Amino acid sequence: MSIEALPAELAREPHRGRSWRLAARNPSVVIGALIIFVLAMLGALAPVLDTLPPSEINPVFRNKKPGTERSLRLSDGTESKYVHRFGTDSLGRDVYSRVLYGARVSLIIGITVAIISIAVGLLIGLIAGYVRWLDGSIMRVMDGLMAIPAILLAMGVVSLSRAGLIAVVIAIVIPEVPRVVRLVRSIVLSIREEPYVEAAITVGTPTPLLLVRHVLPNTLAPLIVQGTFICASAILVEAILSFLGVGIPPETPTWGNIMAEGRSLFRIYPHNIFYPGLCLALAVLAINMLGDGLRDTLDPRFAKRV
Amino acid sequence: MLTYVLRRLVATIPVMLLVAVFVFLMLRLTPSDPAAIIAGDNANSEQVAEIRKRLGLDQPIVTQFAIWLGKTVTGDFGESFFFKKQVAELIADRVEPTLSLAFFTLLIAIAVAVPLGVVAAYRHGGWLDRTVMGFSVLGFSVPVFVIGYLLIYVFAVELNWLPVQGYQRLQQGIGGWLQRLILPALTLSVIYIALIARITRTSVLEVMHEDYIRTARAKGQTELKVLIRHALANAAVPIVTVIGLGVALLIGGVVVTESVFTIPGLGRLTVDAVLARDYPTIQAVILLFSLAYVLINLAVDLAYTFLDPRIRY
Repeated sequence: MSIEALPAELAREPHRGRSWRLAARNPSVVIGALIIFVLAMLGALAPVLDTLPPSEINPVFRNKKPGTERSLRLSDGTESKYVHRFGTDSLGRDVYSRVLYGARVSLIIGITVAIISIAVGLLIGLIAGYVRWLDGSIMRVMDGLMAIPAILLAMGVVSLSRAGLIAVVIAIVIPEVPRVVRLVRSIVLSIREEPYVEAAITVGTPTPLLLVRHVLPNTLAPLIVQGTFICASAILVEAILSFLGVGIPPETPTWGNIMAEGRSLFRIYPHNIFYPGLCLALAVLAINMLGDGLRDTLDPRFAKRV
Repeated sequence: MLTYVLRRLVATIPVMLLVAVFVFLMLRLTPSDPAAIIAGDNANSEQVAEIRKRLGLDQPIVTQFAIWLGKTVTGDFGESFFFKKQVAELIADRVEPTLSLAFFTLLIAIAVAVPLGVVAAYRHGGWLDRTVMGFSVLGFSVPVFVIGYLLIYVFAVELNWLPVQGYQRLQQGIGGWLQRLILPALTLSVIYIALIARITRTSVLEVMHEDYIRTARAKGQTELKVLIRHALANAAVPIVTVIGLGVALLIGGVVVTESVFTIPGLGRLTVDAVLARDYPTIQAVILLFSLAYVLINLAVDLAYTFLDPRIRY
C-alpha cells in the first residue's frame, strides 16, 4: 500500500491520539468498559435498587432459597412484600443486597491498589533507572520480593496487623510493586538511549524536565495497561483473602466474605457462593478484556512481547 | 556446564537471603511480643523474660538474625505457637498432599494445554483458536474457589461420582488417593491451562513462518510431524519458561484449593497459621514455598540447553 492510499486524516494525526481512538473502537475495550460501568453503577446505586441494609440480620429468614418472599413492615406502618432474589445467608441477610454492596468494596480495592502500585512503582522505577548507583540494590530487593509468591506475601503482610481495608490494600500492593518497577525501569533505560533524549541532554534540559517531558509520556501507555491487569488481580486477591477468612472483617459485605459465609452450607444452599462468584468472575473478566484490548491498541510493543 | 550450574546455584543465595531478611523482619514488625505469646496468658513477667532469653530475643537484632538464620538453614524453624509442635515436623507431615496435588495439576495442565495451544496456532483465526483464546481469558478471570465449588456441585453433589472433599494418604491405597485428587487437581489446573495454552499458541504461531517449517513440508513430512518435531520443539523454550513462572500461581492456587477441598497440605497449614498468627509456621512456609519457586525456575533455566541445543552456557 502506498502512502497516498492512507486516509488523509489518519496520515496527519499524531500517533498518540490515533491509538486512543483505535482503543475506543476495539470491541474488547468497549465490552469490558461497559460491564465495568454497569457493575460500578450497581454498586454506587445499591441503596436505591430495592436492597435491604446489607448487614441486617434476620433470624427468622435464615438460609432461604432464591425467590423466597417475606413481608416487610415499612416505617409508616404499612406492610409490603419483599422478594429475596438471591436468597438469604445463614444469618438471614439478603444475598442480593450484599452482592450489590460488595461491588463497591471490590471495585474500590481494585482501583486503589492499581493507583497506589503504579504510583509507588513509577517512583522507584524512575529512581532505579536514573540514579545508577542505586539501581543494583533496588533491583535486588525487588528480586527478593518477587521470589515470594504473591498470595503468600499478601497473607504474610495481612497477618502482621488487624484485618481491615487498609491492611488488605497494603498487602495486595506490596507484591505488585516490583512488577511495575521492572517495567518502568526497562522503559527508562531504553528511552535514555534515544537520540531525542540525548539531544535534550545536550541542549542542557534539567533532569526533572527531561523526566516529565520525555520519560513519563513513554511510560503512560504501558502503565495504563499494567494498571488494568493489577486492578483485576487485586480484586481476585482481595476475594481470595476474604474467602480464606484473613481479609476484610466478615460483617463487611464483600464478594469474598459472602462466599466464605456460604462455605459451610454450600451443599444445600449453593446460591451463597454462586451469585457473588458470578459477579466476581464477571468483574475480573471485564477488566482483563479491557486490559487486553488496551494492550493491543495502545502498546503494540508490549503486545508482541507477551 | 557444571560451572554454570554452580554459578547459578550460588546466584540464588542472595535472593533467598533477601527473602529470609523479609521473613525475619516480619516477626519483628508484629505488634505483639513473641515471648509473651509463647508464654501464654497466665505467665508472669519473669517467665516471659526467661523465654525471651531462651529464644535469644534479648540480643541485638543482627545477632538475632544470625542465630535465626543458622537454625533455619539446618531445618530448625522453631516451635509453632499454635500447634505446639516443631514446625519442621508439622511441615514434613503436610508435604505429601501438596506435592500430590501440584504434580497432578501440572500433569493435567500440560496434557491439556499444550495440544490445545498447538491446534489453536495451527488453525490460527478459526473457531477453535477463538474458543481456546476465549477460554484462556475466562480461565484467568474465574477465581479458583468458584471453579472448585462448581466442580464439587456438578460432580460430587449432583452426579455423585466423586467424593466431595477430603484427602487420603497414598499408602492407604492408590485408588482412594486418586479419586480424591481428581477434582482439586482439575480445579487448580484451569488457570494453568489458560496460561500454558496461550503461550503455546503464541510461540508455535511465531515459528510456523520459519523456513525450516516450509522445508519440512516441502520434503513431504506429515503435518503432525511438522507440528510436533519442528514447530513445537522449537517453541519449547518460552512454554517451559511460563510453566516455571506459573509455579507462583500454582502455589497461590494450592492455598485456596486445599481450603476448598479440605486437604491437609501446606496450603491449608498456611491459612491456619495466618488465622492463628502463628509466626514461626508462617515464616517457614513462606521460606519453603519461595525456595521451591526459585529452584524450579533455576531448573527451567538449566533445561534450556536440553530443549534448545543452540543455547550453550
